[in-house]
Amino acid sequence: MNHPWNDLLRQVQGYIYPNEIEIHWGMLVVVYPYLTGLVAGAFILASLVEVFNVREVHAVYRLSLLTALAFLLIAPLPLLLHLGRPERSYEIFLTPNLSSAMAMFGFIYAWYLMVVLLLEIWFTYRKDLITWARAERFPMRWVHRALALFSNDLSERALRFDRKAVKVITVIGIPSAFLLHGYVGFIFGSIKANPWWSSVLIPIVFLFSAIVSGIALVLLLYMLITPRRGEKIDMACLDKIASFLFYAVLVDFSLELLDFIHRLYESEESIKILSDLVMNKLFISLVVIQVLLGMIVPLGVMVSIKLFHFNEELRKLLYFLSAILIQVGIFATRWNVVVGGQMFSKSFRGLTTYKMEMTGVEGLFVSLALLIAPFVVLAFLLWILPPWEKKLAVVFSSGSQAVEPRGDIPA
Amino acid sequence: MKRRLFISRLLGIVLGLLGPLSGRLRGSPAGNAATPKRFGMGIQIDKCIGCGRCVDACKEENAVPQEPFYFRTWIERYSVKADGDTIVQNIDERITPPREVEVDRDVLRSFFVPKLCNQCENPPCVQVCPVGATFATPEGIVLVDDKRCIGCRYCIQACPYGARYLHPVKKTADKCTFCYHRVTKGMLPACVEVCPTQARVFGDLSSTASPLTRFRRMNKTAVLKPHLNTEPRVYYSDLDGEVR
Repeated sequence: MNHPWNDLLRQVQGYIYPNEIEIHWGMLVVVYPYLTGLVAGAFILASLVEVFNVREVHAVYRLSLLTALAFLLIAPLPLLLHLGRPERSYEIFLTPNLSSAMAMFGFIYAWYLMVVLLLEIWFTYRKDLITWARAERFPMRWVHRALALFSNDLSERALRFDRKAVKVITVIGIPSAFLLHGYVGFIFGSIKANPWWSSVLIPIVFLFSAIVSGIALVLLLYMLITPRRGEKIDMACLDKIASFLFYAVLVDFSLELLDFIHRLYESEESIKILSDLVMNKLFISLVVIQVLLGMIVPLGVMVSIKLFHFNEELRKLLYFLSAILIQVGIFATRWNVVVGGQMFSKSFRGLTTYKMEMTGVEGLFVSLALLIAPFVVLAFLLWILPPWEKKLAVVFSSGSQAVEPRGDIPA
Repeated sequence: MKRRLFISRLLGIVLGLLGPLSGRLRGSPAGNAATPKRFGMGIQIDKCIGCGRCVDACKEENAVPQEPFYFRTWIERYSVKADGDTIVQNIDERITPPREVEVDRDVLRSFFVPKLCNQCENPPCVQVCPVGATFATPEGIVLVDDKRCIGCRYCIQACPYGARYLHPVKKTADKCTFCYHRVTKGMLPACVEVCPTQARVFGDLSSTASPLTRFRRMNKTAVLKPHLNTEPRVYYSDLDGEVR
């Protein structure tokens, strides 16, 4: 009787079905929607520039795209690691069950990666790749030439086509980003067996929380990277991003409030156990972290920024702190959905506990590594596809050809 | 010209007739029964004495891991108290040692409910399986192909009855098969065979002479969580409203 779950048995409150002692979707499945949310959110921010012509946030356009790509590349890893038989994962592509939301993962992921992100990044960077390659020496010259797929056409017609292509892809990309994360929400929202998940609002809540987290991430990255490059943070850009962030949080908050009120008002069979769940198991992660620290405090801070004219330094500090709180809050949201949804019994008569491991595939360290990995990928992408003008000028100062300034980079 | 038209029309008619006919011809020798069997189970709650032999037999017959976290079938004991409280316990000795089973003088009524996979007509587990590893046989029994299952556990989440678990060694989903290896040979599922009070009845739903059809004729039956529209094929008689 020294199975580790015997301890868990003693911590069960009320009655649970015997097979429910194991929390099947643990930390890794929390990380997965968090990462894809960041992808979708960062892309939506980038599309503001291209489609809605929000000039102020041009400075972070390329950064947003690369962030989306870096996180998208890592996003399937937690899913893969969490499988009982990861060596069979290819079956999801070979023999997909068309009635399964999860089977659509491969197709939506491939679509988003290949058709949307890679294409948009390629068309965005094509001109620069050619220009850089012309000014560089081996090996970077060849890297950039290969990345440009050996295209060499810098004529006005070709550049016009690039710009048009980017616009078209972004227009396709917005519903695709919605699809990417809305579908993750659908995976949970379509499970009628689980009243905590089963809601038509879940995909929409997921979507808006994704937009919130993506914008907050790009804001953090912009604030961290810019001073390190010896540049001044563009306050117009920062204020604009923060403003979008504010409205996104507001919508997200309203949607979650609606979900909460709707559940409470309908008071279905499950309401008692769900109240127990929130008050006993999720009080800290939901009420305190997700709602209070992750939403109400940042909203309050951003309202006060809008009301009172704080100076730049204070605004930067407040934006930074709010964005961090929002990130933590969104991670808590994912946790509360995924793990929270498994901590009550489908008999509605009891609660169980999730005991996170430290080591092991499903453990804390692997999850932390998966959360750090996208930043490593991003650093690499930023190095190979620098989105900034200034750095280029330094890099290419020894080159024979001057790099012409790009219009979308703020002074 | 006329002859050619005639021949081509004749050919068309012959081919058109051959299509459906060939299907019928192929179907007739293989389908030895006119209507395929559709298996189900009846459970007479008032007959269950909670001895747990069905649970042991199932674990033995199907090599279900002995640890108390894996069950293809289990028994719940309900104690409905005067104040409206209902206490439910899994009476398996591996989970609740006998002396810890609560005894309360305040109990209004008490009964046992055997649980197992409901072999739903609309199985949510089959719907969500991303690779089609979970499927329904022609007899309506939901099985898991453990050579195909990738262990994503979506089916475990989708099952409203908690009937599935992840096999700790195979790392694939596992569940009650109605003892498919036995029933296809005309035998009874292990749990039905060992039940000393015949609380479990197994049979073919499409046969008017099966014990299950008789059970459904003689008893008022209900299924678990009917509002989820899974259409279970495990029918309970004397089912109390407290049971979920």
